[in-house]
Amino acid sequence: MSALSTPRAMALLLRRDLLLAYRRRAELINPLLFFVLIATLFPLGVGADSRLLQTAGPGIVWVAALLAALLSLDSVFRSDFEDGTLEQLMLSAHPVSLLVLAKVFAHWLVTGVPLILVSPLIGVLLSIPSRAMPVLVASLALGTPVLSLIGAVGVALTVGLRRAGIILSLLVLPLYVPVLIFASSAVDAASSGLPVGPQLYILAAMLVAAVSLAPVAAAASLRVSLS
Amino acid sequence: MVRTFDPNLSLEAADLACIRDDRVLFEHLGFTLATGELLMLEGRNGSGKTSLLRILCSIRLPDAGAVWWCGEEVQRLGPDYHEQLSYVGHKDGIKQDLTPEENLRMARALGRPSPELDIPEALELFGLYGFEDVPTRTLSAGQQRRVALARLVATEAPLWILDEPFTSLDRDGIGVFESVMETHLERGGMIVMTTHHRVALEGERVKRINLTA
Repeated sequence: MSALSTPRAMALLLRRDLLLAYRRRAELINPLLFFVLIATLFPLGVGADSRLLQTAGPGIVWVAALLAALLSLDSVFRSDFEDGTLEQLMLSAHPVSLLVLAKVFAHWLVTGVPLILVSPLIGVLLSIPSRAMPVLVASLALGTPVLSLIGAVGVALTVGLRRAGIILSLLVLPLYVPVLIFASSAVDAASSGLPVGPQLYILAAMLVAAVSLAPVAAAASLRVSLS
Repeated sequence: MVRTFDPNLSLEAADLACIRDDRVLFEHLGFTLATGELLMLEGRNGSGKTSLLRILCSIRLPDAGAVWWCGEEVQRLGPDYHEQLSYVGHKDGIKQDLTPEENLRMARALGRPSPELDIPEALELFGLYGFEDVPTRTLSAGQQRRVALARLVATEAPLWILDEPFTSLDRDGIGVFESVMETHLERGGMIVMTTHHRVALEGERVKRINLTA
């Protein structure tokens, strides 16, 4: 019997990771809870002045999303590294970069998608005008996969280190900044009724670049980390 | 009918060296392994056995020398080489939150599924009948090792690279695994392994390399 086709193996790996996430669902709540907490504590801290919140809102949502993504990153490869299944992935009959893509996709589904789903609610809390809501959701839908993909490269590089937390943030945060700038600028523009095409196109371009380049970089980094 | 592997397969290493933390673990190490042969690596703790196995798997790059599979360098072959090998390392490489059956299903997705044994048969061979649908986390260390070893027979790879496969197995488990290795060698498979146990396999097909010497 020959090996399964690579797309089938990717689908099985995706299924496995979702199943694992489901079996440890308590851990899944953490990034989401973090996201909601930051966004709800902000109005309490700076006061309920809706004009102030409206100006700061897009930035707050995006900073919260970015930190929540950073918080959840380690789980992409850490547990696989510790129990040796990462070695098995590296020794599979399929290209490692595509398996990495499947893993990152699973990670985004369990950590990124919930953020997108609750974001309109957070938007209301921060009095982001309703006409900007679709743009907020769109910017998160385009931006959070980029965060997961770039983060995967950082985790792949640091997974072999015992205390990787700070190095990981230092590595990854500068690369997150462009996403933050364009995404919050898009939401900002939308709430003042300006066109948002350019920002969203740039986010989309970042996503395309990240999807095509990050898995290859992460696979190479994993090879370095394991050797 | 037992399927046999291609008799022209070979694993060759020449002039391998491994340096760790400025210490030379071994150098000028070479061997040739043909079908049906077992290579036993011996040596003290810390003599570089695991590093050598990882080099042979192509997880780790050798500091000098190269490894060839059927005359082609393994680094260049990449996934084509990985398809030919099964590795059971120090870590079991199984997910604690998945059942043995789910673990083996993933192993079969990543490698080449065995045409002879399906997943329940592979688990039964290792005495895990009745444990296929409990989380692996609840099994004993020896049973988890058995799940890791069942991966070898649930997939079909001519080259097995085993790092201390007998760790935490009981006498019965060792017996089962020895007969599994025997069958693999008779089919024309190859095994490279380290162990501190005495292995019942003997004869000309067993080669030994002592890394301490």
